[in-house]
Amino acid sequence: MTDASLPSGPLPNALPRPAEELPQLKRIWATPGGWRILSAVNNTVIGYFYIGTAFLFFLLAGILGLLMRTQLAVPQNTFLSQETYNQVFTMHGTVMMFLFAVPVVEALGVLLLPQMLGARDLPFPRLGAFAFWAYFIGGLVFFSTLFFDLAPSGGWFMYPPLTSTAYSPGIGADFWLLGIGFIEISAIAGAIEIIVGVLRTRAPGMTLDKMPVFAWTMLIFAGMIVFAFPAVILATFLLELERAFGWPFFIAAKGGDPLLWQHLFWFFGHPEVYIIFLPAAGMLSMIVPTMAGTPLIAHRMIVVALIATGFFSFGLWVHHMFTTGIPTMSLGFFSAASMAVSIPSGIQVFAWIATFAAGRLKVTAASLFALGFLAIFTLGGLTGVMVAMVPFDWQVHDTYFVVAHFHYVLVGGMVFPMFAGFYYWTPAFSRKPLSERLGKWAFWLIFIGFNTTFFPMHLAGLLGMPRRVYTYPAGLGWDGYNLASTIGAFMLASGVAVFLLDLIRNMRLTNGTPAGNIWNAGTLEWLPNGVYSARSVPLVSSRYPLWEQPGLAVAVEEGRHYLPGTPTGRRETLVTSPVEARPQFLMRLPGPGWAHLFAAAFTAAFFLLLTAKLVTIALVCGVLAVVMMVAWMWDADPAPAGDMDIGGGLRVPTYATGALSPSWWAMVVVMLVAGALYLSYIFAYLFIWTVAPQGWPSATQMPAPPWLAAGLLIASGLLLAAAHAALRSGRGGRMVVAAGLLLGCAALSGALLMGGLPFWQRGFRPDANAFGALTFTASLLQLQIVAGVVVISLFACARLIAGRLDAARRVVLDNLSLLWVYAIAQGLIGLLLTHGFPRLVGGG
Amino acid sequence: MKARFAFCLLPLLAACGQSQSALHPAGEEAARIHLLSLTLFGGAAIILLLVALAAWLAIRGPEGARTVLRAPRMVVLAGIAVPVVTLSALLTYGLWVMAKSSAPGGAPAARIVVTAEQWWWRVSYARADGAAVESANEIRIPVGREVELELHSGDVIHSFWVPALAGKLDMIPGRTHRLRLSAARPGIYRGQCAEYCGGAHAWMAFEVIAMPGAEFAAWLAAAAMPAPAAAGRGAALFQATGCGACHRIAGTAATGTIGPDLTRVGARRFIGAAMLPQTPENLSRFIADAQHFKPGAGMPPFGFLADADLAALSAYLSGLR
Repeated sequence: MTDASLPSGPLPNALPRPAEELPQLKRIWATPGGWRILSAVNNTVIGYFYIGTAFLFFLLAGILGLLMRTQLAVPQNTFLSQETYNQVFTMHGTVMMFLFAVPVVEALGVLLLPQMLGARDLPFPRLGAFAFWAYFIGGLVFFSTLFFDLAPSGGWFMYPPLTSTAYSPGIGADFWLLGIGFIEISAIAGAIEIIVGVLRTRAPGMTLDKMPVFAWTMLIFAGMIVFAFPAVILATFLLELERAFGWPFFIAAKGGDPLLWQHLFWFFGHPEVYIIFLPAAGMLSMIVPTMAGTPLIAHRMIVVALIATGFFSFGLWVHHMFTTGIPTMSLGFFSAASMAVSIPSGIQVFAWIATFAAGRLKVTAASLFALGFLAIFTLGGLTGVMVAMVPFDWQVHDTYFVVAHFHYVLVGGMVFPMFAGFYYWTPAFSRKPLSERLGKWAFWLIFIGFNTTFFPMHLAGLLGMPRRVYTYPAGLGWDGYNLASTIGAFMLASGVAVFLLDLIRNMRLTNGTPAGNIWNAGTLEWLPNGVYSARSVPLVSSRYPLWEQPGLAVAVEEGRHYLPGTPTGRRETLVTSPVEARPQFLMRLPGPGWAHLFAAAFTAAFFLLLTAKLVTIALVCGVLAVVMMVAWMWDADPAPAGDMDIGGGLRVPTYATGALSPSWWAMVVVMLVAGALYLSYIFAYLFIWTVAPQGWPSATQMPAPPWLAAGLLIASGLLLAAAHAALRSGRGGRMVVAAGLLLGCAALSGALLMGGLPFWQRGFRPDANAFGALTFTASLLQLQIVAGVVVISLFACARLIAGRLDAARRVVLDNLSLLWVYAIAQGLIGLLLTHGFPRLVGGG
Repeated sequence: MKARFAFCLLPLLAACGQSQSALHPAGEEAARIHLLSLTLFGGAAIILLLVALAAWLAIRGPEGARTVLRAPRMVVLAGIAVPVVTLSALLTYGLWVMAKSSAPGGAPAARIVVTAEQWWWRVSYARADGAAVESANEIRIPVGREVELELHSGDVIHSFWVPALAGKLDMIPGRTHRLRLSAARPGIYRGQCAEYCGGAHAWMAFEVIAMPGAEFAAWLAAAAMPAPAAAGRGAALFQATGCGACHRIAGTAATGTIGPDLTRVGARRFIGAAMLPQTPENLSRFIADAQHFKPGAGMPPFGFLADADLAALSAYLSGLR
């Protein structure tokens, strides 16, 4: 199929529009009323819920910060006990990072991206809603552990062996591992949605070069989540296996190594900082041009800088480990990399300054927060260069200097832009803008309060005050700085309170009559918006369409651009090509529903009940979650409905298979996630081998080569190919296809069994030493993928029988095949690693 | 000799306000890093001011300045060229300091094994004759000579840090790290565990006492002797209450190794890992209810002992010098 080419002449659709068109659009996109709003999936409703929840966690974690500052106001204070303080600082960090910073960015993406890109909605509305509800339920339960004295107290970084069963016997650590692991899965679901949304649902003509910087940053953000989060998911998985079943990955006495955790954690943890910062920088690159009234200077340089930051950020995780006794050679490398990453940030800072100089900055509350960001983030970046200097870091690592540094980077780099974003974008979603007067009050209180809180911490740290101490003795020169920090913290909190007051007084969310483009901004989210986004999907020909395409807003609102109605009578969005944004097909979207919500609730229940060791009920919930997902997916692949006219003489199909289908792209992203997880595992395996090779068996102790398992993997691939051929040719009927799939699944499962069983027969046990634990982990990771393949195969068979899967309507089989091929590849690599590697190295 | 030692320490106590400060270096290693730090602070201040000035000029400055600032060339110059040059210079300097610190030195003046445990420090001095002198929470070193610390962990990850003398180094189960440090002048330098190690992490501190070389040698020789014989009620109570199951007092029946060695506990300046000043009253309070001071510590409460017994125990321990 070739992409439709775009017209350059008159507008795609003529006036007048049919009288029924707009009412129908409104009816089909209507948000369910009353309590049924919980079943809504539209990006604006979910976006509001999402931002509201994330902001709630910001406030809660902020209150925890105030409790900490109260305790530390004076030396040897007894306001909080040792154990309470340890729980509170663990939760402050964990909640801020996992329940506020990442979700709020994802939430802003969900809310802003469709409007900004000219899409009706994100491509997988129910997946977005599922991600939100999973996070909402999981996050609230996780936070409430604090009220039952069950909260984790091992720090947000959860270093074993402190968090191993021997030193943390309670279930607090399990809540962290399962709760956070689960919330990360929700973040990955959101990332899939954002990647496919940005690449495939942009308005016609919005090439990558014309795409707003915020969308670029969200794309990079989501891409980084895909590669970074699996590392920490693997880490939490391994630590939970160690805690629950005694598999000794991190226990030195049994051939494991506590540093493995630090490598995996920081391989996630360092990119995490940029995951949080990049979208905030993207927001500034939207706000600064509007407030200065001129296009962003050095747009392309900024995009390159953002991509470079994404890449660099994966190469410097060791700078969190400069004091762990790592050889100086690698310290030098990571020191250089840590410094290099500051260069892209410098480019952005000077590009924003250049934009100020090119236009005339209006001093609004949003501008003030942007300028506050500039000051604070610059200082945070400078102290970042300092801690990248290895010898300097030997002194300040794990002291209050570092606490000051990362609050400058994270609050400066993310919270200030967030407030700027609130003041900037509220008119696009609320009937009234926020108050400029209250906004300026809030800014000055937050700005001065922030600096009073965190600047003195640099000095306290240099004077020797370590982090994570619940109290400190008098007379070491720290007292005055701590008192100042506490006073500043309450001032900062009062600024946030002023902001809340502003929200309560002025924020009036609406799905049809927002205050509108009061800043005279140039990008698409400022088009007149309803719940269906813009009335018609604009044909874009510049980076600032509202500035450079006169009359666009009126024409869009009149329905003169693409897709002014709903040709299929369902919710739909235009899918365009990833680079040039040429219209490809009309994707029908699901409306409100309950299955995804119950799926989220049961998934959350599964993880949380598992933590509380209620295994039976947990398993029941797990099964129910799968049932709900099947129910949700049953209607997800509607039958082809012919080609439809979207205006401008363009007729696009309503069904797409293979690489044209957004769900195929989503499955590719899932494979990338699984691949990143498996790479982390391979790293773990080889890392432990370098540390403790004596745990590896000699060639004579190894089981016979796994020819049978390898053969079964290849056989399963052939069976899959046969099923494909049967479906395409239509010969042999459905039963041949189903038989091919089911036999193929049996072969995959057999390969899984024959990969691990020989080790068991040879007497290897996962709880005996780290070698055994790592070997059987390969089987567990493979089991996870095989289980996915089996469930989807059964689902495909059910659809075959129901007549919902045939030679034309075969997205389910296409996507299943992707995962299947991945399963075979991972299985073969696993056999090479677990069977081949020990033979290669010959054992310690 | 004891009196002389106490006398020479007195003036140093006044300076204890900075005894744990990286800004008040008292050793070669810390001084090198201190100089690096001052360079970084100065450079950062200049850059911050320049960025602020540029932003101000861009917003409110004269048209000439704004024309310069809005040119994309300026973004390349200020955002790429200047940082690359500055950072390369800094990196070279940093690597040089690192190389200096990691350069293998000669034979150290003393080898001391430090094992971190939740939440105290086991200290063991290797003597030339192969025997070891056991102590806890206080490390004595000779002034002006390099000593080698062999760092271990007995349980979770800790980090050894005496800011006035050197940067920190983690203590990780299953690994042995070696840290070289020296003190340029006699004094007491406070150190503290820098890696969060659970529960009472905040109270896991210690002191490094730098003494003139001859005094150090004399002290070590004396410390290798068994504890002075004491036959009071306190000594009897110590044995009868079972303290010896966890604590060792060389030359007596107490040979426990779970808790800190108490052979010369009376000569240490603090109890509870640099937490409470060493006084008989504090000793009594700590013995009666260690959990009050350090919740989660291994020491069970002995509050069931009569006050008189506690006093006798404290007097006995204070006398172990």
